Amino acid sequence: MNRIHYLFNTKKERVLSIYFTAGFPKLEDTLPTMEAIQAGGADIIEIGVPYSDPIADGPTIQDSNLIALENGMSLKKLFDQLVGFRAKIHVPVVLMGYLNPIMQFGMEEFCKKCKEVGIDGLILPDLPMQQYLEDYKTLFDSYGLVNTFLISPATNEKRIREIDSHTNGFIYMVSSNSITGAKTGISEEQIAYFERVQAMNLKNPRLIGFGISDAESFSTASKYGNGAIIGSAFIKTVKNSSNLDADIQQYIQSVIN
Amino acid sequence: MIRVDEKGFYGKFGGAYIPEMLHPNIEELRENYEAIVATKEFQDEFQSLLRDFVGRPTPLYFAKRMSEKYGAKIYFKREDLCHTGAHKINNTIGQIILAKKLGKKRIIAETGAGQHGVATATVCALMGMDCIVYMGELDIQRQRPNVERMRILGAKVVPATSGSKTLKDATNEAMRAWINDPVGTHYIIGSVVGPHPYPEMVARFQSVISEEIKWQLKEKEGKENPDLVIACVGGGSNAAGAFYHYYNTPEVRLIAAEAAGLGVTSGKSAATTALGTPGILHGSKTLLMQTEDGQVIEPHSISAGLDYPGIGPVHAHLFDIGRGEFVAVEDEDAMKAGIELSRMEGIIPAIETAHAIHALNLIEYSKDDVIVINLSGRGDKDLDTYIKWGGY
Repeated sequence: MNRIHYLFNTKKERVLSIYFTAGFPKLEDTLPTMEAIQAGGADIIEIGVPYSDPIADGPTIQDSNLIALENGMSLKKLFDQLVGFRAKIHVPVVLMGYLNPIMQFGMEEFCKKCKEVGIDGLILPDLPMQQYLEDYKTLFDSYGLVNTFLISPATNEKRIREIDSHTNGFIYMVSSNSITGAKTGISEEQIAYFERVQAMNLKNPRLIGFGISDAESFSTASKYGNGAIIGSAFIKTVKNSSNLDADIQQYIQSVIN
Repeated sequence: MIRVDEKGFYGKFGGAYIPEMLHPNIEELRENYEAIVATKEFQDEFQSLLRDFVGRPTPLYFAKRMSEKYGAKIYFKREDLCHTGAHKINNTIGQIILAKKLGKKRIIAETGAGQHGVATATVCALMGMDCIVYMGELDIQRQRPNVERMRILGAKVVPATSGSKTLKDATNEAMRAWINDPVGTHYIIGSVVGPHPYPEMVARFQSVISEEIKWQLKEKEGKENPDLVIACVGGGSNAAGAFYHYYNTPEVRLIAAEAAGLGVTSGKSAATTALGTPGILHGSKTLLMQTEDGQVIEPHSISAGLDYPGIGPVHAHLFDIGRGEFVAVEDEDAMKAGIELSRMEGIIPAIETAHAIHALNLIEYSKDDVIVINLSGRGDKDLDTYIKWGGY
């Protein structure tokens, strides 16, 4: 069974997914970061594949992408680093990346490598649903990769239903009309949107992301979804860390406890 | 047939590779733009503004001295005489009327050299709409007069401080800003790039260029079709406009002049078809200058308007099927061509446009050929660059 399915079968509440950028802050930090995220108690690890033009991301993640690229990170390098990671990491791991670097790597080769190293799912923000269905669904399925779609407050009900019907893992609920890291805290307007989606009784679990940064916002998000995704706030934590392992574990503990 | 298909592709290129957050905006535009543009109300307003505000039709001018020198019948389509100094305003007029009909209150745009920014700020002033223009921090320093023109017109100029701080990054910032206000904002893209329906929509608003060439040439030469049309290509909006009504007339050769910068193989170039491979940038699949890892390479051109690592998907398609002939013009040759045009015909061209002039030296033609060169913009904005270059 795919680890993502197993996770949501056994845990329905307060699921925490942590995003980090591969090769940031240092090129070889990828694996130690994953180990610390798991040790800290997060449920899903989301590895960001750095890209020169991440249009859905705010300054914090843009900077981490740029630094990772300067460090020499690439998909090739990342897959080299990920060989054998399943000896230590048992939680679900998803790759988040923009389409272009993956296209250049080769979509089929990419899927094959994902399966080989033990990746469970993908988040490809600039791959629209239609293109996924026409070009990639069969491929992803054949390598056991769960694809995740985003929805936002601007997504209408019909589209949410459509996305739900084509999703077989979890739905990434973008908490506001914004890029990553743009807003902190959760407004009443956002709560209304969370409630609207909650009332739709979707078949897939929902993780709420964008603007989640601490115990309070994590708890609020968990009330209206199955958990949350933290990205920018985590990147800020590791950016100036002098003790990656301790700082990551401490941060995650502060969010979930 | 060269035309966009229902999914937004020209052959292998195009599409709408956008984050889900932008899906509603793009859908709204896709579903409504053709119907709105087809209405008599839209066309009346569009045509009257093109005539009375922009100054259309722009002349088709027979360049006698250059014709003698190059041994062909050379005409200039004088887009440089448009209000604000370039063809860019044809598109912004179309999109601002569309934005109003869609009930939008606020306009955002990206700009490189500032021409599209000025054209956008101008139509926003005309319609009384809020205008925010994203511009690379480096370009803001390089193009001070255009920044001030936008400010005088009431626009807010926001520096893009990410990446290389130029046009590519300004476009990223504009897309991010659109994600942050998907309901009230319309994004006026300045070239035939971006997610479907932008490339086709911008090309249609610019197609007035070739529409006029047809009847003007008929008056002057007794035929609608020239033998060659030459235009410069960055993203490719002026070329798309000049080629549009000739796409499916194979006897008309379509010549696109790209910026070779310091030389195609110098590492300082913006010659996208020469150096690019298929990839995705700013929402469409096109030819793209990129590393083998799929990271976008920073282009270089002396002309800020051609300084873009991609190209409109329609041009990638023209290149792919061999319908368009692409030539690469180096900085130095473009500058010299600008001086030549100034001295022989009394027209100081934009440096972008000067690339199209130099293309005459790179292609074959015969002395009976009728050649139309799209004079996309005037050189006022480039005086600093001409002065710094100094070779006159």
